[in-house]
Amino acid sequence: MKTALLFDFSVNRENNTIHVTRAFDADAELVWKAWTTAELLDQWWAPQPYRNQTKSMDFREGGVWHYSMISPENETHWCRFDYEKIVPHESYSGFDAFCDEAGNINTGFSRMHWENVFSQSAEHTTVTITITMDTLETLEKIIAMGFKEGFTMGLNQLDELLSNLKKQ
Amino acid sequence: MQPNGVVNNSREMRRDIFQAIADPTRRAIITLIAVQAMTPNALAEHFDITRQAVSKHLRILQECDVVRAKQQGREIYYQLEIEKMKEIDKWLEQFRKIWETRFSQLDDLLSTLKKQKK
Repeated sequence: MKTALLFDFSVNRENNTIHVTRAFDADAELVWKAWTTAELLDQWWAPQPYRNQTKSMDFREGGVWHYSMISPENETHWCRFDYEKIVPHESYSGFDAFCDEAGNINTGFSRMHWENVFSQSAEHTTVTITITMDTLETLEKIIAMGFKEGFTMGLNQLDELLSNLKKQ
Repeated sequence: MQPNGVVNNSREMRRDIFQAIADPTRRAIITLIAVQAMTPNALAEHFDITRQAVSKHLRILQECDVVRAKQQGREIYYQLEIEKMKEIDKWLEQFRKIWETRFSQLDDLLSTLKKQKK
C-alpha cells in the first residue's frame, strides 16, 4: 500500500483552466528529470493502457518534444510540446498540441498552454500544473476525450478484477 | 496531452450530455432555462437565430435528456433536468483518474530511479 500523497484536481470553467497539484516522494532534481527527459517521460507520460514514444526531444526554450501515444490496438496519436520558458529545477511552460508524424499541428484542436512549477519541501516535491485553454469548447473537448479513456481504463480494471477472481 | 478519442458517428449511439453542451447556443439555452422554464418563443428572443433553429436545438437537448417539455395550456415550457447535468461532474472524475494513473506510473519510476542512485 502506498502512502497517500497530495493530489488535487480542479477545473475552472470561468478561466478555462485545469489545475492539478501532486506531491512526489523524491527530491526536485529527480522529479524534474522525470518530467524533462525523453527516456523517462516515455515510461510514465501516457496513461495506461497507452504507451508513450518520443520521436524527438529538444528541451530548451523554443525547442520541441515530439511524441506519440499508442493504444493497445496500435492507434497512434501524435503530439508536440513547444517549450516556451524554462527555469531549471523550478518551472517550465509551453504549448501542447495534437499533430501528425511530421509535427504539423492539427488545427482542429486548440493548443493548450501548460505551466508546471516544481517546489521541494523537506519530504516531497510538489508539482503544480496549470493548463489553460483558449475556449470553453476546447476544455470540454479535452474532457470528453478523457471520458473515453477513462472508459478504456475501466475496462482494464475489469480485466484485472477478472484475472484476480480466476486465481481464487 | 491526452490521447484523443475516435469520434463515434454511429447513428444508433444515443445522444448524451456532451453533445448537449458541445454547441454554444445550446449552452446558452441551458443557462437561460436553468433559471426558469421557458417557451421556445421566449427563448428565441434571446438569440439572433430563427425560431426553427431554436426548436432544433431544443429537440437535440430533449434527445440528450437535458431538457423536458411541459405542456401548460396552449404553451410548451422547456425546463432543465438538473440531475442530468451532474453527469458532467462524473465525467470530470474520469479525467481525474487519468491523472491518477499517470502519476502512479511516475511514482513507480521515481522509486526505481532512487534505488538506482543508491
